[in-house]
Amino acid sequence: MNIIEVQNLYKIFGKKPKKALEMISQGYSKEDILADTGQTVGINNVSFTVKAGESFVVMGLSGSGKSTLIRCLNRLIEPTSGHVLIEGKDITNMDVEDLQEIRRKKVSMVFQSFAIFPHRTVLENAAYGLKVRGVSPKEREEKAFEALEMVGLKGWEHSLPSQLSGGMQQRVGLARALATEPEILLMDEAFSALDPLIRKEMQNELLELQERMRKSILFITHDLDEALRIGDRIALMKDGEIVQIGTPEEILMSPSTKYVQKFVEDVDRSRVLTAEMVMKKPTVVVYFPKDGPRVALRRMEEYSISSIFVIDRERHLKGLVMAEDALTAVENNKKDLDEILITDIPTALPDTSVKDMFSLLTGKSLPLAIINEERKLQGVVVRGSVMAKLAEGGMVND
Amino acid sequence: MIDFVIPLADWVNAGFKVVSYHLSPILRSLSEILEVLIRLFESILLWPPEAVFMVLTGLIVWRLATPRLAVFAVIGFLAAFGMGVWAETMATIALALSGTAVSLLVGVPLGILASQNNVAERIIRPLLDFMQTLPSFVYLIPAVMFFGMGKVAALVATMIFAMPPAVRLTNLGIREVSREMVEAARAFGSNRWQTLMDVQLPLALPTIMAGVNQCIMMSLAMTVIASMIGAGGLGLVVLRSMQTLDIGMGAVGGISIVILAILLDRLTETISRKQKAGRDI
Repeated sequence: MNIIEVQNLYKIFGKKPKKALEMISQGYSKEDILADTGQTVGINNVSFTVKAGESFVVMGLSGSGKSTLIRCLNRLIEPTSGHVLIEGKDITNMDVEDLQEIRRKKVSMVFQSFAIFPHRTVLENAAYGLKVRGVSPKEREEKAFEALEMVGLKGWEHSLPSQLSGGMQQRVGLARALATEPEILLMDEAFSALDPLIRKEMQNELLELQERMRKSILFITHDLDEALRIGDRIALMKDGEIVQIGTPEEILMSPSTKYVQKFVEDVDRSRVLTAEMVMKKPTVVVYFPKDGPRVALRRMEEYSISSIFVIDRERHLKGLVMAEDALTAVENNKKDLDEILITDIPTALPDTSVKDMFSLLTGKSLPLAIINEERKLQGVVVRGSVMAKLAEGGMVND
Repeated sequence: MIDFVIPLADWVNAGFKVVSYHLSPILRSLSEILEVLIRLFESILLWPPEAVFMVLTGLIVWRLATPRLAVFAVIGFLAAFGMGVWAETMATIALALSGTAVSLLVGVPLGILASQNNVAERIIRPLLDFMQTLPSFVYLIPAVMFFGMGKVAALVATMIFAMPPAVRLTNLGIREVSREMVEAARAFGSNRWQTLMDVQLPLALPTIMAGVNQCIMMSLAMTVIASMIGAGGLGLVVLRSMQTLDIGMGAVGGISIVILAILLDRLTETISRKQKAGRDI
């Protein structure tokens, strides 16, 4: 289900928007319109949908119109033309009371500058949306307490915002937005004002929260790394237009324009590539307890490798056997792999980033086993293949 | 040379007659209300014995501001008492406080109105300029014509003089509240009234308090000038000394006024500073 639907949205800043709209439809550029009429085109024919429970990221540089766009979605800024449907209801022609209802119950917002009220305590800030809605003091305090606990601010309820660090202030902003239990969260560069470490931490927490709550999130950012981490889908904006919409993979692998490509180039590929994308299918394995050292040795010779993974019939990873050990076992006439099986080996999940895998691979000649949550072997990563994939990525960008 | 003068004086006189004739019932009841207000302040201030008043004032100032200012207040009132102008000092405080009260009662709502509505601001602003640039002596005359000589006329003149900063700074304070704060309030569904009461007014309070401070100081200044139309108090002491060239008497009145001015200024300033502290981000 589409919880947000934006159809052909335009926002013209200035006193003669009609004239500017007309010129747009005649194909004039933004610059021509500014020169001719003095009107600034903020949003130019933007359409997209956000599904319920989806994290949708709008990304663009400053001046690309993303902040204007997000404000059109709750009409903090009045769109000039086009429609914004929230749960199927068009808010662009709603009267003030209905719009306030939407803002009180369905859509809440987190701001880049935090915009929490300095004259109110953390608790009062978190309860603000409920207060506006007319919820009784007792109930709204309860819900605000819950929301603050959720964002990790338990114990700070009666502090003033000035006593909190930037990251904590934004947690208050997030709690305020969550306390009203909205379906939609609008996050306007919510983490951009935070320093990199805190920002990362907040991103992780948002992802965790999202895992539990499944809100529909519209997240604005100018940082592609952030967009890739948070977004289920990403829309790239330039000069008030959306130039590409897609999943993080689609955006990275096939940037549709030079503009998008420029963005993508800046991304550290080691953070984007996951184990799943660089691993090889584990075709060469031995089965436990069926196979013995002789079979293992033979397979290793056949494929000229120095170690081999051991799995059971359900493909659960048992361990690894080294060629030297297998040879010794054969010479001693041992029948099974028990004694030479190395169980303490490095493993990683399929969605581990390449960057995180480096630390597991360095200093060890062992390959890395990629397993899922049930410890079933999914693939094998050796150092060489990671490097190859990273290099190949570099070529794509050139 | 052309023998022609724009008959503005005649027009104003004629207009005044008409207006005062039609307005007289309203003016009379307004006058009564204002009279009651001044009487109330005066009787409260003059009710306790001087010593009790000084101790009480000292304690209140201590509580609201600083111990140092409390000491200053007690010494100041002791001086006024010692110089034999106690009743005059109380009368001046009463008039200044009623002037402030009325100015704020009218000025703050006007300031709020101006902050919410650009048309209202465009109308109010030139009126304020007019009120502030007009020499204060000039509106002593209409005040007397409408209300007759006495404390009420003095109060009205004081109000005209002291109200502009209250309006201006209320308007400014509210308009200065950061856009993000107002946006946040609106984003959570606040209507105009909620935005005003929950966010704009509390955040504008330091600026509004600066307006209150100015309002008090200007009220005090005007009560001296208004002694010419029957305000009484310390202003009258100064006026008499001027008429009789009694420099000593002038010094007594002048010093008492200065003591009052310093006390009221520091008091409001310290209160608003205390209020502001601890909530800046």
